[in-house]
Amino acid sequence: MRRVLVAVVVTVAGLVALLSFKTHMNSSERTVGSPSSVPPLLAGEHALTGRAVRTVYGPVQVRVVERSRTIVGVNILQHPAETTMDIQIGQFAFPRLVGETLAAQSARIDSVSGATYTSNGYISSLQSALDNRA
Amino acid sequence: MLSTFPLLPAGPAVTARVRHAEPVMGTVVSFDVPAAAVVGGSLEAAVRWLHWVDRIFSPYRPDSDVSLLAAAEVTVDGCAPEVAEVISACTAVRLCSGGYFTAAPGGVFDPSGYVKGWAVERAAAILSAAGSTNHLVNGGGDVQCAGGRPRGNLVPANARGWQGPPRPSGSPGPSGFAASGASGASAASGASAASSGEEPWRVGIADPFHRGGLALVVEAVGSAVATSGTAERGAHIIDPHLGGPAGGLASLTVVGPSLALADAYATAAFAMGPIRARAWTESLPGYEAYAITEDGDTWQTTGFGPHIAPA
Repeated sequence: MRRVLVAVVVTVAGLVALLSFKTHMNSSERTVGSPSSVPPLLAGEHALTGRAVRTVYGPVQVRVVERSRTIVGVNILQHPAETTMDIQIGQFAFPRLVGETLAAQSARIDSVSGATYTSNGYISSLQSALDNRA
Repeated sequence: MLSTFPLLPAGPAVTARVRHAEPVMGTVVSFDVPAAAVVGGSLEAAVRWLHWVDRIFSPYRPDSDVSLLAAAEVTVDGCAPEVAEVISACTAVRLCSGGYFTAAPGGVFDPSGYVKGWAVERAAAILSAAGSTNHLVNGGGDVQCAGGRPRGNLVPANARGWQGPPRPSGSPGPSGFAASGASGASAASGASAASSGEEPWRVGIADPFHRGGLALVVEAVGSAVATSGTAERGAHIIDPHLGGPAGGLASLTVVGPSLALADAYATAAFAMGPIRARAWTESLPGYEAYAITEDGDTWQTTGFGPHIAPA
């Protein structure tokens, strides 16, 4: 569970780095966005909140929700939100990341077979998420 | 490149599995290997092999054997012996596919459609020759497994997935196209090992219509899973009989013992289109296929069912 958290944070940071074309300022001065509401836990669910990780582009913090040892939700608690670009990145990348994390966990897969990806395509692929999971 | 290898924790409790992702051949090759493959150097040897293949076979390098051969600046005899081996393998698949697979897709010699699967299969064979019995190598979406996946995440490194030093009869790396046969042998031993502390590798088949999603999950023990499709790089597979992009299929997956053949078969079948591909893949001994058409319909060969992971 903790390793999953770390993997999610690393992948979020990687996606932000990948998609951010703008040179950023010192991360300590950056503003942070947070979702207006974090979904409440249902009966039988447990949440594990990771500590905020400072990246070059700003802090990233996630919460993983599990039920019966299966991950059922990933919430992005903090993400860089200083510029329009940051917000666009978040809107694009985080839903995809969360979906991929859930898909990988729910299917318990070791690897992915699909149309050949390029080196760039790999970075945002499900296989990349799996390689970072262990 | 080798400086990116993960460091192993010191002390007796060694993490049993190591994952490594190597950018090479225009894609990324992912390894899931026993930690002993890192300590013993066979992971490094497998990675070195892939970069060597890239240097010899890349059509994007003007000084590669393949580029020089395409430009008629050398003969096959002047190339690495593996070039002749790949050419004869491509010829065999061309003949058995009625010309739908070719080493000259645009009229120019370019065996890339065969080389990646072949190279990844042999990378897996290098790990096997060094003693690993449980590993998975994924070359940009084409998978070769040895054995099954050891149960549990953490076991002592020497307990599972390692048979000790290389067998005296084994060459340092697999040589010759017969390496495909070696994979077949490991498939047989892997099946028996699956009952003792292993479970099948679970390989997700990418959903061609929803990036990051899965169409289904197949189980693999000592076998290969190859998928051809347009989802990542667009319509890049040419129907050699029409001279234009192949149509009708969104993705086609082939499972069987050898990744070199599974990958080539998947490419040929994709070029055939859904109707012809179904009859042809049904006729392939030892290989099964699953297809998703452009309309979202699916079909599978009669022997594919047992490969599908239970829900």
